[in-house]
Amino acid sequence: MGIVQILFWFLTALALVSALMVLLSKNPVFSVLWLIAVFFAISGHYILLNAQFLAIVNMIVYAGAIMVLFLFVIMLMNLNKETEPQKNIWMKIAGAVSGGCLLMVLISLVKQANEMTGKTALMKDGNIGLIGNLGKALFSDFVVPFEISSVLFLSAMVGAVVIGKK
Amino acid sequence: MTLLALDWFLLIEKLVLIAVIIFASLGIALYTTFAERKVAAILQDRPGPNRAGSFGLLQPLADGLKLITKEEIIPNSANKALFILGPGLAMTAALMTCAVVPWGNKVEMFGRSIALQIADINIGILYVFGVVSMGVYGVMIGGWASNNKFSLMAALRGASQAISYELAMGLSLIALLMLTGSLSLRKIVEQQMMDGHFWNIAYQPLGFLIFFICAMAECNRTPFDLPEAENELNFGYHQEYSSMKLGFYLFSEYINMFISSTIMATMFFGGYDVPFFNEAAHADLGNWLAVIGIVSLLFKVIIFIFVFMWIRWTIPRFRYDQLMNLGWKKMIPLALANMVITGAVILWLQK
Repeated sequence: MGIVQILFWFLTALALVSALMVLLSKNPVFSVLWLIAVFFAISGHYILLNAQFLAIVNMIVYAGAIMVLFLFVIMLMNLNKETEPQKNIWMKIAGAVSGGCLLMVLISLVKQANEMTGKTALMKDGNIGLIGNLGKALFSDFVVPFEISSVLFLSAMVGAVVIGKK
Repeated sequence: MTLLALDWFLLIEKLVLIAVIIFASLGIALYTTFAERKVAAILQDRPGPNRAGSFGLLQPLADGLKLITKEEIIPNSANKALFILGPGLAMTAALMTCAVVPWGNKVEMFGRSIALQIADINIGILYVFGVVSMGVYGVMIGGWASNNKFSLMAALRGASQAISYELAMGLSLIALLMLTGSLSLRKIVEQQMMDGHFWNIAYQPLGFLIFFICAMAECNRTPFDLPEAENELNFGYHQEYSSMKLGFYLFSEYINMFISSTIMATMFFGGYDVPFFNEAAHADLGNWLAVIGIVSLLFKVIIFIFVFMWIRWTIPRFRYDQLMNLGWKKMIPLALANMVITGAVILWLQK
């Protein structure tokens, strides 16, 4: 087992355990912190694929900005055991079943996809994820979707300002 | 000697480099605390610490000893795990930034050419941003885990301040990156060292000013030390901390100051470049060339640290609304304008 495999399995275990802990922690602040650990593990996977830009942007945007806002909200809310609404047991079972269905659909999609079968990820020395190649792809082949998504961001920003002004 | 398909010599080389750089950063930060007290004393016309050792040079060691030997108190109502995690995170995030800084040219040693940089990665400066955005967690977790309203308020202030100023910081760097065309810090330094090419400060004076102000805000230095405003918030987010955990928080601020000075010197002031000295023509100097480079970089860093202190002991603190107005209504539009103008000029020059 080479160093890449060891790192891969370590990161995978870290991601799965942290993701489980997000759900299992009693305290929502701990859930957020475990979620940050998940993002770190996923960034580690990106680095194994040599997608450095994706890895660091995942860290800056999700772990660095969005999770800070999550923490803000959770720290300011008074989350005690008494105020937490207790869910019905049937609600919990229904949630588990519907979540399982979604997981099954996703797995079957991945298994059936033609372009995925027989292809392994480029470990270590693929350079498709480096910032130069990514920028060229974004601003030549995918320029229209890219610009449309930035319009989407703009409208979200305008919406946030409008709500904030009220 | 290949085990696990790994170059063990490279691993040892990097480990030694990491150890040297981290201990050097810690040592410099230690003496920055001393310099801070001395500079404050000079600016306020008093002698400053002068009891321990000659000129008070042993003062930082005495301070460290005091912090370590003090009683460690964890409040009963605090969240123990997070209370301990907070200062650790602050310190780790502060130290991790130095991984991508090129400290000097290559050194020839034991028949190997060793680059004085822990990792020359493709995303260089973005890595710095990533780690800096992690630094917020140290403050937030520590403030929340203390279970003290003042600490929580200070932590929220600190986090919102850091997020606000990170934006303007990033925007001011985009203009610079348009010029360099690379994110790697070593490439940026090498471009500035080329003949007929000035330091980036000549092309991006406004960008540097914005970056400098934002760096000051990120380090929580006066006039931006709202998280530690003792007359409003008692002591700040580390109010409940004692002993070395408090020391870690205070110390990480100085390490942040050192690292941000290094980044500024690297990005805008030529890094390890010596002005009016053509390094390429003096290749016969060998390893001494690298030493000259390191000294040059450290000299620039010391000047920046002095300016940081000078500002701290000259300018009073902002009010919180003034701070937010400055960040969102002045810094970000200025940085955007700088970005647009730089882009237009580059396009115009290229026709």
